[in-house]
Amino acid sequence: MTEIVQILSRGLGIGSMYALLALGFVIIYKSTRVISFAQPAFMLAGAVLVTYLVGPLGFFVALPLAMLGTAMLGWGVERAAIRPMVGRPAFTVAIITLGIDVIIRVVAGAAIGINLRQVGDPWGLKSTTLFGIEVQQRHLAMIVTMTILVAILFAFFQFTTMGLAMRAAAYDQEAALAQGVSVGGVFSLSWAIAGALAAVGGTFAAIGGSVESTLWIIALVALPVIILGGLDSLPGAVIGGLLVGVVQEVIAFYQQSLPEWLGGNVSILTPYLLMLIVLLVRPYGLFGTREVERV
Amino acid sequence: MLYTAYGQEMALFNTLTKKVMVGLLLVLAAVAPLGLVDKDLKLLATACVTAIGAIGLGLVTGYAGQVSLGHAFFLAVGAYTAAVISGNPEGRTLGFGVQEILIWLPAAGIVAGLAGVIVAPLATRLRGLYLAIVTLGLVFIGEYVLREWSEVTGGTGIGRPAPTPALFGQRLDVATPIFDGYVLTRDQRLYWLMLILLVIFALAARNIARSRVGRAFTSIRDRDIAAGVMGVNLARYKTIAFAVSSFYAGCAGALLYVSVGFFVPDSFNLEMSVLFIAMVLIGGAGSISGAILGAFFFTYLPTLTRQIPSDVISGAATDTPNIFQLQLVLYGALIIGFLLFEPRGLFGLWIRVRNFWKAWPFKY
Repeated sequence: MTEIVQILSRGLGIGSMYALLALGFVIIYKSTRVISFAQPAFMLAGAVLVTYLVGPLGFFVALPLAMLGTAMLGWGVERAAIRPMVGRPAFTVAIITLGIDVIIRVVAGAAIGINLRQVGDPWGLKSTTLFGIEVQQRHLAMIVTMTILVAILFAFFQFTTMGLAMRAAAYDQEAALAQGVSVGGVFSLSWAIAGALAAVGGTFAAIGGSVESTLWIIALVALPVIILGGLDSLPGAVIGGLLVGVVQEVIAFYQQSLPEWLGGNVSILTPYLLMLIVLLVRPYGLFGTREVERV
Repeated sequence: MLYTAYGQEMALFNTLTKKVMVGLLLVLAAVAPLGLVDKDLKLLATACVTAIGAIGLGLVTGYAGQVSLGHAFFLAVGAYTAAVISGNPEGRTLGFGVQEILIWLPAAGIVAGLAGVIVAPLATRLRGLYLAIVTLGLVFIGEYVLREWSEVTGGTGIGRPAPTPALFGQRLDVATPIFDGYVLTRDQRLYWLMLILLVIFALAARNIARSRVGRAFTSIRDRDIAAGVMGVNLARYKTIAFAVSSFYAGCAGALLYVSVGFFVPDSFNLEMSVLFIAMVLIGGAGSISGAILGAFFFTYLPTLTRQIPSDVISGAATDTPNIFQLQLVLYGALIIGFLLFEPRGLFGLWIRVRNFWKAWPFKY
């Protein structure tokens, strides 16, 4: 029982981080029909920004400021490099985001320098006792943060004018435009939101360690997550993220008892294997909408 | 270009100028080793091999429109098949000691091609970005397998020797005297080998592209449902596209490290896949010569940036900013710049230049 709860808390904690990253991908995809491969770079940039701000301001001020900074970065990228590409094939735009990713990652990596940079969070690797079972604080923090952010996002999409506009634009861009929705504004806002979410994801990924330039690889796990949940499904991103996190931790726990030839670290493969299996059965992911194609 | 006859559009080289230019370029490439130093030849040979890989990706992504971010995986399959077949049987890593290039090169291509056929069912079920991400997953799975299977790969950071090329029992990678004490160096011989192979592979690709299969590819790229309605068997041609592309990748992978003589499993990563995609897109998607141009361009990019004097930007990896960072930024900026301003890539630039001079001195 103790072990199950520990695995679950670890899995849900890490899964929350994946979910935050995946939400960014999905929000961008829903509004612009493009997968942004620049998310890993935003994640790294956000975490690096936190390491710079945390010294004078403290973690709980630094994190929102870093979110704001990364959101501005996302907004700027959209205006400069993505907006001119409206109407071009989705794949071409996706490759542009790859180029952006490379550039931002080099700059953020250079900002790390040679010293250890930490996000200076209050949790670290400390654990706490919950119903008599020891769980790590950072995982609880991740779950709580994710829940709060998802609730805010839900409220935003459901109850604000801009949220309604974003839903409308995701549903049908032309019709939304005809109703007076600024579709360009929706594009920018979606990139900004995705940037802010990536900053949170990156910061949480660096908790308990230091910010390194290899951090971005974690964001690539979010890609199987969105495919798993369906490219255009926000609940899918959250459920997919949590699912991948939990499955990964379960496999990590039992991998000693797996056959020798599988190697010692098979849990890092689980997101991709899970994605392959789900896709062979459901080509549009668990919650994605099936596209209706016309010639 | 205005075509007035079907045969003209389907011709290998449709104009006399093109024929002459390609002929001249081939002659120049063939005599290049006589006037260049070994270091340059090594780079040229690498560029030729890279071009073979880029042509392969160009067929599946540029012609058939199936986005593959898993090219590095197929290169790895080819590289390790060849290395195992030609490896030293008594060595640290698995090897069968068959050094004949006529055996290991096709074998590498075929095994990689089979891997492509296995992946193809995914391509027939998935479209566009879904496929891109799944093939990206392939790279990660491949990376993991290579890391763990050290019996074949030699392990992370250690690596194993590259395949040894021998034609009819004669080693191609050793310097040999020909006449009057004139010695053909190792790099001269390897360069000629790679050049000949590139010409063969490029011609084969061009012929695939202008055949029934190639037309099926382009119809799938332009609108797959319409192609299916017109009677193009989507599953079959997508499988063929993946098989051919992986065959090319396998051969390129097998040859890529021959002139270096050594390779590590870490090289077959996502960056390699992205680099190949960049080559195809910046060279010009949907054209063989574009893929070759792109491959040469990206093979030379590091050499070009290294020409920048060290007082402008530091050459040491510990400084910031350094030349390696500049190189990466330049790489990203080139991808963005080209896609924003000249989506047809280098090939498109060439068309602009050509059209300018065609109408000169008039605007159009």
